[in-house]
Amino acid sequence: MSTKIAGTTREHALELLRDMLRIRRFEEKCAELYSATKIRGFLHLYIGQEAIAAGVMRALEPRDAVVATYREHGHALARGIPMTRLMAEMYGKAEGCCRGRGGSMHIFDAATRFYGGNAIVAGALPLAVGLALAEKLRSRNAVTACFFGEGAVAEGEFHESLNLAALWKLPVLFLCENNLYAMGTALARSESETHIARKAQSYNLPAATIDGMDVLAVEAAAAAAVEAIRGDGGPRFLEFATYRFRPHSMFDAELYRDKAEVEEWKKRGPIVTFVAKLKETGLLRDADLASIEAEVEREIAAAVEFAENGTWEPLGDLSRDVYTREMA
Amino acid sequence: MAEFRMPSLGADMESAKLTEWMVKPGDTVKRGDIVAAVETSKGIIDIEIFEAGQIGELLVQPGTDVAVGAPLALYVPAGGERAQPAAVAAVEQSAAARAVEPRAAKVVGPAAGRARASPAARRRAQELGIDLASVAATGPDGAITLDDVERAATAKAPKADMRSVIGRAMSRSKREIPHYYLATTIDMSTSMAWLEHWNREHAVTERLLPGALLLKAVARALEKSPELNGFWLDGRFEASREINVGVAIRLRTGGLIAPGLAAANERTLPELMRQLQGLVQRARAGRLKQSEITNATITVSSLGEGGVETVYPIIYPPQVAIVGFGGVVNRPWVAAGKIAAAPVVTATLAGDHRVTDGHRGSQFLTDLERRLQQPEQL
Amino acid sequence: MNAAARSETRRTLTYREAIREALREALSNDPRVFLMGEDVGRYGGCYAVSKGLLAEFGEARVRDTPLSESAFVGAGIGAALGGMRPIVEVMTVNFSLLCIDQIVNNAATIRHMSGGQFSVPIVIRMATGAGRQLAAQHSHSLENWYAHVPGLRVVAPATLADARGMLGAALADPDPVVIVEHVMLYNMQGELDAEPAAVDIDHAAIRRPGRDVTLVTYGGSLPKTLAAAETLANQEIDAEVVDLRTLRPLDESTILESVQRTRRVVIVDEGWRSGSLSAEIAARIMEHGFYDLDAPVKRVCSAEVPIPYAQHLEAAALPQPEQIVAAAKGLFGHG
Repeated sequence: MSTKIAGTTREHALELLRDMLRIRRFEEKCAELYSATKIRGFLHLYIGQEAIAAGVMRALEPRDAVVATYREHGHALARGIPMTRLMAEMYGKAEGCCRGRGGSMHIFDAATRFYGGNAIVAGALPLAVGLALAEKLRSRNAVTACFFGEGAVAEGEFHESLNLAALWKLPVLFLCENNLYAMGTALARSESETHIARKAQSYNLPAATIDGMDVLAVEAAAAAAVEAIRGDGGPRFLEFATYRFRPHSMFDAELYRDKAEVEEWKKRGPIVTFVAKLKETGLLRDADLASIEAEVEREIAAAVEFAENGTWEPLGDLSRDVYTREMA
Repeated sequence: MAEFRMPSLGADMESAKLTEWMVKPGDTVKRGDIVAAVETSKGIIDIEIFEAGQIGELLVQPGTDVAVGAPLALYVPAGGERAQPAAVAAVEQSAAARAVEPRAAKVVGPAAGRARASPAARRRAQELGIDLASVAATGPDGAITLDDVERAATAKAPKADMRSVIGRAMSRSKREIPHYYLATTIDMSTSMAWLEHWNREHAVTERLLPGALLLKAVARALEKSPELNGFWLDGRFEASREINVGVAIRLRTGGLIAPGLAAANERTLPELMRQLQGLVQRARAGRLKQSEITNATITVSSLGEGGVETVYPIIYPPQVAIVGFGGVVNRPWVAAGKIAAAPVVTATLAGDHRVTDGHRGSQFLTDLERRLQQPEQL
Repeated sequence: MNAAARSETRRTLTYREAIREALREALSNDPRVFLMGEDVGRYGGCYAVSKGLLAEFGEARVRDTPLSESAFVGAGIGAALGGMRPIVEVMTVNFSLLCIDQIVNNAATIRHMSGGQFSVPIVIRMATGAGRQLAAQHSHSLENWYAHVPGLRVVAPATLADARGMLGAALADPDPVVIVEHVMLYNMQGELDAEPAAVDIDHAAIRRPGRDVTLVTYGGSLPKTLAAAETLANQEIDAEVVDLRTLRPLDESTILESVQRTRRVVIVDEGWRSGSLSAEIAARIMEHGFYDLDAPVKRVCSAEVPIPYAQHLEAAALPQPEQIVAAAKGLFGHG
């Protein structure tokens, strides 16, 4: 699949590169902080899949909604949640977007219509259907983008949600990031039909399979899908072929895949290939890359400092916001 | 020098075993390089260094278990020395941070006129006939506990209280134990003569009183009558291995207590005498040992000083027999067909008919009488 | 309309009709409200609660769903997040096991987990309970499972006034509310004012004041408990009947004040007693009303068996007035 470099401005290309590098360096930093026990619980890194979050978010508008999984740091950053608040949330600080209550797996942000951060595989697909239903009933022409991994395809909720979205013609953009492994289980070992787009088509959902390592292809496909949804109000499905370069979570010995396979995919990684293409076409100069890296490094350092200096939510607030209305 | 430490790779990882070094001292590394492999519960995982620099000393040998956060190697950071990141900022919460209590239900005070007392306290107060309003409370939220009621009970005049305790015990005895009574008059001529002889031959400190003989005789006779020496518990009789003869002692306050002479059958007469004297002294001073108060396996009630001839005692539950002695008095006696004055004592036995009967009881008394004719054997 | 005028125009209707009226009122007054569930539209509702509403309000507002509990309850949660006021009908509490993940992991958590950024103003109605010989898989009383979870409110209307009024109060609540309607109550007839007064979903109610013993219950067990109270009255025992109305949060004050007056309690709960709501109430009475008790707390619950089909077996498995009477009488005559 050839990269659509033609028609892309230098400015836009650099924006996309910056988006991906922000995610990449943030995730690397999180790995370091987790190893140093600053971040606790579970940590699921998006390294290798950055093109999808970066490309899709460019196709969405602020009025649209985003639903994601526990591997959502990249999506949160690309959507516009400030890195400071994201890092503080990872640390569990009160200055985090969820006051430290959610952590890595539960990023929520009302300002950017970011509805998690959901830890139950496929658990958020119905939420996305419902958000889209609200949009339809309120006639607001907003799209609900729903990110999930191919592991969700095995859950009943995947099928129920696709069926409902297609049946009721709801403006959901289903985005399946197929990184070939659901934790330690390869797709071929859990699905009788591994061509995921075909499953969506069986629900009469228009679906396509896209190279998830190609940020421009991702962006183009997403833009086309969003336009289609805004046009007829019905759902669309995109399956992205991608790969995670890191284990499922930090505590994973990767007994289920070959190191050679990982190395092969790394060579096709979204950033390294995009940089190569941009250099080839003269859109990227070395100085640009250095400048972007430096900028990203500064932003990350500031975010870490913000988190380090953050405070802990007072214990007395533990019961706050279990309910909106406190009982007399 | 900076420290490269064992990373945390998972929420439940506490340590890992270093299996292999991928670098050696002097190697240059950049951020993200794999420097070692560690074995965890999930398998072998490669660990990376997050800073560029030059490897210094390797502190740990492969095969060693290392805790998360412990140093594995030293290195010189490429950017020069810098302060090690501080340990995770101490959180201002105790390790066992308690969840905030849900807003407590309006704790309603006791209804008017109703004392705040536990069910156990309530029941005891009823048994003892105590008004809860008069009891000082020490329980949680100002509640009256069982101990509070007990304390209030003993705070009353001890005499009155002890009397009521005795009264209750005796009532229970008469209510529950089917008593049978036997009496026999025993010729004490031989014993008294022997006693007189002994007292002449020994120091004052070793004087024996008739009571000691009687107690020893009872103790020895019980060896042959184990069914009179034990307890009625849970609907059955349990014979006691020891023979601890309880001695009913009257207290100056008017109460009565019957501590036991431990292993009375094994004591020599002088020992028994001393034991008895000590018991009486301690009983009257209120300094009996707990074991003495509760160890009697049978009781002897001797009212000789009072001047009565015959005692009809009540068994102290859970004992199953009680022996009574009147005074040693001179009475007309028939010996060898002739009437003469002789010192005699009337011994009575009250027995628990659930365990023994008149026949068994009379065997005991017969044995008792025989022993008192051979005082030198006691 | 003042109270006098209101009561002058009382009418007779069923519990089912009262709920229908409440649904109609909600759909009419607030364009954000819509009803969604299996067979609520064309079929008119499994228990005929929503009969006629599809014709009146149309398919967008009265939505038949596929048999996809997880998807449509989750969609209800998503729609609530998106600004709507959905009423989701799960046909029975038995089928709610298929969507319990959405209720417990999403509806209950989102507010707290997001640090207060979002609330989920969803109302989920479920039919519950046994008594129609529907056998083990259709006879559960699992409202205590939901009452266990912080972040949810759970209410149980047991009277016509509550069937009529609780829905409105639940819709006004910005947090998820689960309404459990006992299947044996749908046919219950009674009287209501023409314009019934609003009710809250925060308090228990004393349905029958009494002096000698407190009978605590909720939902479908209320009629049986009231019947037991009548029997007890004929035997010189004056029972006070407390209708919990709200299962989470429990109205502890009302319960404890009643126990303080009577000093004896029987809790009637159609769930199995192990890990039940009655166990929770008994624990709270022990914690806060210990010194007011003259006797241990007693419970009358379903027998610990899967509910059987045969009529006599089912009746024996469920709490009955005779058992409530016996339990109450057993609290007297202790020394």
